[in-house]
Amino acid sequence: MKDITAKNLTKRFGDFTAVDSISFEVERGEIFGFLGANGAGKTTAMRMLCGLSQPTAGEGYVAGFNIDTEAEKVKAHIGYMSQKFSLYEDLRVWENVRLFAGIYGVRKDLIKPKTEETLAKIDLTAERNTLVKEIPLGWKQKLSFSIATFHNPNIVFLDEPTGGVDPLTRRRFWDMIQEAAEGGMTVFVTTHYMDEAEYCNRVSIMVDGKIEALDTPRNLRKQFAAENMDAVFHQLARKATRIEN
Amino acid sequence: MIKYLIEKEFKQIFRNPFLPKIIIALPMMAMLVFPWAANQEIRNIKVAVLDRDHSTISRRMTDKIDASTYFILSALPATNEAALRSVETGDADIIIDIPQDFEKNLISPPQSPHKGGSADIMLSANAVNSMKAGLASSYLGGIAADFMSELRNENGLVISQPLPVINVVSQNRFNVFLDYKIFMIPALMVMMLTIICGFLPALNIVSEKELGTIEQLNVSPVRKSTFILSKLIPYWIIGVCILTLCLTLACAVYQLLPAGNIPLLYFLSIVYILVVSGIGMIISNYSSTLQQAMFTMFFFILIMILISGLFTPVRSMPEWAQWLAAANPLTYFIKIMRMLFLKGSGFADLWQPFLVLCGFGVLFNSWAVWSYRKSG
Repeated sequence: MKDITAKNLTKRFGDFTAVDSISFEVERGEIFGFLGANGAGKTTAMRMLCGLSQPTAGEGYVAGFNIDTEAEKVKAHIGYMSQKFSLYEDLRVWENVRLFAGIYGVRKDLIKPKTEETLAKIDLTAERNTLVKEIPLGWKQKLSFSIATFHNPNIVFLDEPTGGVDPLTRRRFWDMIQEAAEGGMTVFVTTHYMDEAEYCNRVSIMVDGKIEALDTPRNLRKQFAAENMDAVFHQLARKATRIEN
Repeated sequence: MIKYLIEKEFKQIFRNPFLPKIIIALPMMAMLVFPWAANQEIRNIKVAVLDRDHSTISRRMTDKIDASTYFILSALPATNEAALRSVETGDADIIIDIPQDFEKNLISPPQSPHKGGSADIMLSANAVNSMKAGLASSYLGGIAADFMSELRNENGLVISQPLPVINVVSQNRFNVFLDYKIFMIPALMVMMLTIICGFLPALNIVSEKELGTIEQLNVSPVRKSTFILSKLIPYWIIGVCILTLCLTLACAVYQLLPAGNIPLLYFLSIVYILVVSGIGMIISNYSSTLQQAMFTMFFFILIMILISGLFTPVRSMPEWAQWLAAANPLTYFIKIMRMLFLKGSGFADLWQPFLVLCGFGVLFNSWAVWSYRKSG
């Protein structure tokens, strides 16, 4: 079953085509890596799929709903972790969990036990009463991810979830992602750490708003005769003409 | 769902290092300081009397002016130049020039070579503050007339048969002693509600935009109306607290209780808060930075306050300004507050402005919901 379908999805801002007619499909339970240099259009594409931005042309379906005409239905079935940390810094750890659980309509009697369970899983039980602004970035990312998946969405969108954290924390973060995928959740993740691409079932590489390659990491390495994903990425990204802003 | 959002708003407001203080301090300032300072009664006008007559009557006239609480006799210049200089240096606001032969003119018989039975004094006012000058002139006119009748009674001057005189007896209803503070207090309450319940929502949504937290809400299935309502309700509650604080202070400090029904006062205020908070939300929705929201709101609140009858009566404005006043929700609420507070009007007298406020409330809040964009 397809959880995400994009058909010629395009987004233009004035004369600038941020996303240029991209098409792909993502299976249920798959970890789909969405790679590309800065400014390649990854975030814009992801925002369209999440119903945060309306496509200029083409169409897309997420969890069976049209991203343009049924955006609010899409939103009820996904989790989203933005590139910029966007939880409430002036709320405590447990208060952030409670707020978003409430917003997504998690049953009242389940919120409390599930909060404790989640915090225990990410080793934040001791920090439950700490204001979010006071915890380190790596912990914030883990918290963001847990909140994005708290209501058991079909699909979770992660926009550079491991930006700026140390390798060990990144490794643990990917364990969490893999665990979620094993539980049947579809994961759509952008990154520019090429070692992380190896953890994905399939990856797509975006250059200048277009998808230039899409396959499993193994096939891509073969196709580009490269020894790792880093080399694949370099070959493709060199073609980019767009100037990073 | 909305319960969680409202809970969050309150936590954020109370944890803000600044907001709770301002919410308490501003109404206290407004009730304890402004009624004394924002006072349009003119007192202590400095008068220079240029007495060229040096007669008994001119001296009595001078004493009478000095005795009035409105005037302070600040100088007794000897020459016209000295008098003018005292105005220039700010020692006097007004010059009274009592000419030579003032007494003679006043008491000599009508047929004499002098004017007889009447005399002129000249009053020159510094009209930089035109209100002060105007009021000073009319107060002095009153004093002069008073002095005249005093003189007449004393020695039946010149007059063989009494002139017909119309005595105006005035009674000031609803504010018996024409206490300006009583006039200002309801208006100041309105101002507090407007500023606090207008500015805070205006800054709220836009600060979520700046921090990026709004993204996490926009990607959730929260309904637009739920979102706006969750922003409005906290300001409703804050507004009611501000009103209570103001009423308590007005009662404790000025012994001023609303003459009308207090629950009705609250009810109408709640409708008004809805209107100003709605305006704040709209501005917040269209702004992308705090600065922008702040200045836009400031602009609108300034216009609303100046063209509302808060300080100056609407009926004396030019017609175009009266139209603006009619499109200004504040105009209606000031009217309601003053009527309810000072006259004790009931709902039967207030339903018209009430309906207009309801209309504004529906309009602005629908607009706020409509202009809130969950996707771009």
